[in-house]
Amino acid sequence: MAKEVTVTAEETAEVKVKTPKEKKQPVSRKDMTKWQWTLKEIKRNGTAYALVAPFMIIFCLFTVIPVIVSIALSFTNFNMLQWPDFVFMDNYIRLFLDDDLFITAIQNTLIFAAATGPISYLLSFVVAWFINELSPKIRAIVTLIFYAPSIAGSAYTIWAYIFSGDSYGFVNGWLLKLNIIQDPIQWFRDTTYCMPLCIVVSLWMSLGTAFLSFIAGLQVVDRSLYEAGAVDGVKNRWQELYYITLPCMKQQLMFGAVLAITGAFGFGGVVDALAGNPSVDYCAWTITHHLADYGGARFEVGYAAAISVLLFLMSFGSNILIKKLLSKLGQ
Amino acid sequence: MAKVAKLRTRKHAVVLNRSRGGDTGIAVMLILMGAFMFLPMLYVVLNSLKPLDELWYYPPRFYVVNPTFQNFSDLFRLMNTSWVPFSRYLFNTLLISVVGTLGNLILSSMAAYALSKIKFPGRDWMFQLIVMSLMFSAQASAIANFILMSALHWIDTYFAIIIPAWGSTLGLYLMKQFMESSVSDAVLESARLDGSSELNTFLKIAMPMVKPAWLTLIVYSFQGLWQTGSSIYIYSEELKTFSYAISQILSGGIVRQGAAAAASVVMMIVPIAVFVVSQSNIMETMATSGMKD
Repeated sequence: MAKEVTVTAEETAEVKVKTPKEKKQPVSRKDMTKWQWTLKEIKRNGTAYALVAPFMIIFCLFTVIPVIVSIALSFTNFNMLQWPDFVFMDNYIRLFLDDDLFITAIQNTLIFAAATGPISYLLSFVVAWFINELSPKIRAIVTLIFYAPSIAGSAYTIWAYIFSGDSYGFVNGWLLKLNIIQDPIQWFRDTTYCMPLCIVVSLWMSLGTAFLSFIAGLQVVDRSLYEAGAVDGVKNRWQELYYITLPCMKQQLMFGAVLAITGAFGFGGVVDALAGNPSVDYCAWTITHHLADYGGARFEVGYAAAISVLLFLMSFGSNILIKKLLSKLGQ
Repeated sequence: MAKVAKLRTRKHAVVLNRSRGGDTGIAVMLILMGAFMFLPMLYVVLNSLKPLDELWYYPPRFYVVNPTFQNFSDLFRLMNTSWVPFSRYLFNTLLISVVGTLGNLILSSMAAYALSKIKFPGRDWMFQLIVMSLMFSAQASAIANFILMSALHWIDTYFAIIIPAWGSTLGLYLMKQFMESSVSDAVLESARLDGSSELNTFLKIAMPMVKPAWLTLIVYSFQGLWQTGSSIYIYSEELKTFSYAISQILSGGIVRQGAAAAASVVMMIVPIAVFVVSQSNIMETMATSGMKD
């Protein structure tokens, strides 16, 4: 309702400007059907469409259409050579009933996502909140220290040396020296340690864009709100955080959550470099590995498409869910 | 008023209701977490400066006693023995990064302007679609993308990397949000009434006002493309990237630990330096990054 009113107001304003020239047709929205109005608006905004078109075409071609095509292919047994046969739910049935490795992959992905997503999100916010009251120069330096690992490219391979399996690895060397262990531990080759270590490393490099967004968001919270809060009886920083800061940060929190969830489900690259591909006993095998295996190595494209559809649904679904939850914040 | 009088004042700003215990606790936590973040990075740099005997010292030492640039010269020697001249890998990465970033910048700013400052039918669902694309990782569309690339005969060409980068959405999202809040509608409206065409308004009035957002988009796009490693689309050795070549050295095993650390240092210097230079602009853009319901 509100929208219609503003549009009409704008239209009348425009008509007023044009009156000297074209007095004959004082067209207002009331005289037209919805479609006529839309058509007229489309014609009037040719430039706008010209401006969005190049981006939207490339975006649709390489992001939107591939998702739709994946969904379609997931119901077929396409192998890149023959025309795809429609097999309905066979791929999905095979995934859940006849593919033990996929069950491992989905378990690992969920564990990774449940561990890295929320923790990196909280870590990003907590650190941003901690450094909010530092002086600008020190804050810039601390920001760099926490943000650097996420943009440092291959630097995370240092963890492979820190937790190297021989006695020259940093951790093994010292544990041996201090007689805590007698034989070196095969960190990334041991199913007990492999997953937790991969999670630690991915947390190490997870303070990225969301973190920056939180820092900037905290800076623009209106300071007078804090002062008003103090006068109105906010007793300590925790109450201030809960009653003032968090509600003001809602939009940044939403943006950060989207990035954290997407990152958590796309996880896999870190594992390859540290634990090898495939990892020992598939202990860190994720959906992205399974997908690359069937799509890239075996060319069972229909099956791989089904895997990618599930990955898409898990990531997208969690995003929608968290968005719903966060929108309740401060209400 | 009594309460206001109790407020402590620090040099830079008024700070409210802060207990000393809380301050100390936060400082301790921050130092612990900072150490967890910083020490591995420092270890990479220190390892790259260690001579061979110190890399194999037992028990392992964190610090370096006789720093040397030997590892870096080893790295360059290894680079020269590669099959394709190393300058070619660097050229590939620079080409991909520059052309990819430039295209993304131009297309994104055009689209961001239209999406934030012009009202037209379809605008809202277009932006919804872009926000949705942030909600899943690229792997989810990789299979169909591969089919598309083969249909376009773009496999084993630069196009397969560069063109999709033009349609990357994070930069557009950030720029659209920034334009929405920092370019005032009144200014644009008065320009339009003065007879400025939409294109002119965009180029001459809106674009100069959103410099921080450009810079942020450039940094993000460049960082992403700079780190392009081995790709399923590229199999010719002479089209592969710098990051791929470096990763080949990294995977050379434990004997190359020194050179590998040097390679990591070389790879991380560029994105970190770029961030340091543009930090204040990026933070300004991030202040408007929030997502509305």
